[in-house]
Parts: sequence; structure tokens; C-alpha cells
Amino acid sequence: MSGGLKIELGRRYRFSASHRLHSAKLSEEENRRVYGKCNNPYGHGHNYVVEVSVSGAVDPATGMIANLADLDSFVEREVIEPFDHKSLNEDVAAFRENVPTTENVCKEIFARLKHFRMAKLERVRVEETGNNTFEYAGEEL
Amino acid sequence: MVYLTRKLEFSASHLYHNPALSAEENKRIFGKCNNPHGHGHNYTLEVTVAGEPDPVTGMVLDLKELKEILEREITQRMDHRFLNYEVAELKGQIPTCENIARVIWNLLEPKISKGRLHKVRLYETPDLFADCYRNGAHGA
Repeated sequence: MSGGLKIELGRRYRFSASHRLHSAKLSEEENRRVYGKCNNPYGHGHNYVVEVSVSGAVDPATGMIANLADLDSFVEREVIEPFDHKSLNEDVAAFRENVPTTENVCKEIFARLKHFRMAKLERVRVEETGNNTFEYAGEEL
Repeated sequence: MVYLTRKLEFSASHLYHNPALSAEENKRIFGKCNNPHGHGHNYTLEVTVAGEPDPVTGMVLDLKELKEILEREITQRMDHRFLNYEVAELKGQIPTCENIARVIWNLLEPKISKGRLHKVRLYETPDLFADCYRNGAHGA
């Protein structure tokens, strides 16, 4: 019916969190130079927006690629609950080693969501602010 | 290749109900979207056309022409309509964002006279949307 057409479902979620950009591989001075005010030792926060795109066959019985309730509860459990109102550096294990830049946040969210069983995860787009956006679609990109 | 995107809005009502399923199943799968009287959204549609700018006019496709196509094919058909009952192309389908996006693709693709339809993105709310494109065409 779709004749070579691909349909994706996109959904936006939000969380607010703090982070500090600081690399253990760099000196104090280099950290200040590279990260500027994002290196402030007390950290700072953002209202993040996460855009999740999934693809798959549209079920003729429901008209849906995936039931939104399933997608919402999965994203809530895997990402929103562990990230919202947290310090990414302190509260999310992945960022004890990795600097929580939004590039790395984007990849971490992709890794957490790629196990969604109801549809194929296509990409994750994260807005750190209205002006900074990052996108990750797995390694084939 | 240049990608040109035109946006338009329309407002419509719909409901999700599959007559092949029991009332309980409809309620379980579709939740409040199953309300028999329907409900509405302000939809935002983004239509992207890909092509090379014409060397004489500098245009991929005259925006005026695209605007007329969208007015005729989409606005007149869907704006201030009840999608389940008034849009023939959606008959027998659940009017989800996925299905409406595909119907819109099928309506627009043959009408684009210059360039080619690259992507249709339909927002049902600012936080929920569907993309429709040809396999392998995404990413540009």
C-alpha cells in the first residue's frame, strides 16, 4: 500500500538537568579554555528537549507504527525519570567517565532507546537550548 | 539539490475507532482518542520539495504554485473537517498522524510539477508528528 514509502513517528519529550563540562583528560587550565563558563565547578542547567523518531509498518488495525502509550512509558522509564531534575555528572553513571556534552547525551539516549521493541529507533535529536541541537542516528550515519 | 519547505496549518477533528475490535479493545488501544464524539487538533504540515533551481527563475518550484496545490489538495479537503467522515481518502483507515501523512503524500506527489516531493511532516501537536518520505531519501 505504501509503495516504497517510509513513515516515521516523532515525539518530543522534555527534561531539566544540570551538568558541568570538565574532562579528566585535560588540565584545569585546558578545561577552562575549552569549556569556558560550562566548566564552572558548580555546574549549570538546561531545559532539554528530546525528539525521538521511530519507524516501522503502520498496523492497519490501529493506524499506528507504535502505540504512543508504549513509547511514552518506555522513554519515561529509560530517559526522563533517570535524567529529569538530576545532575547528569553525578546521577547518570554514563557521565562519570564521559563529559556530558549534548553530543554525548544524545548518544547515551540513543543507546538507551534502541532496545524499544515495538518499532525501530531511527534517530534522537536533543535540543540543549533553542539554539543548540544535536542529532544521532547510530553508527551507520 | 535544494530543498524547499512550505508550511501550512489546518484544524480538524477525528476519532480513533476500529469497528473490527470490541468496545473494550478500542478503549484500551486508543484511550481518550476513542471518544465517540471525536476531538480536534491544529495540525501543522511541512511539505519539502527537492530540486535544482531553474536557471531562469532561480526557483525549484514557484511557491505560488505550491501554495495553490496545498490550498486545493489539503486545506479545502481537510481544514475544518471531521477527518473520519469527510475525507474520502481516509475511509476505512484510522486517521492517525501516520495515516494522514501518507494520504497527504499520495495526494501531493502527482501534483508537484517541478522538482519532486521529498518529505511530508505532519504535526498533530507540537510534540507529536509523522514523517513520510521515499525509502532511502531521508537525511538530506
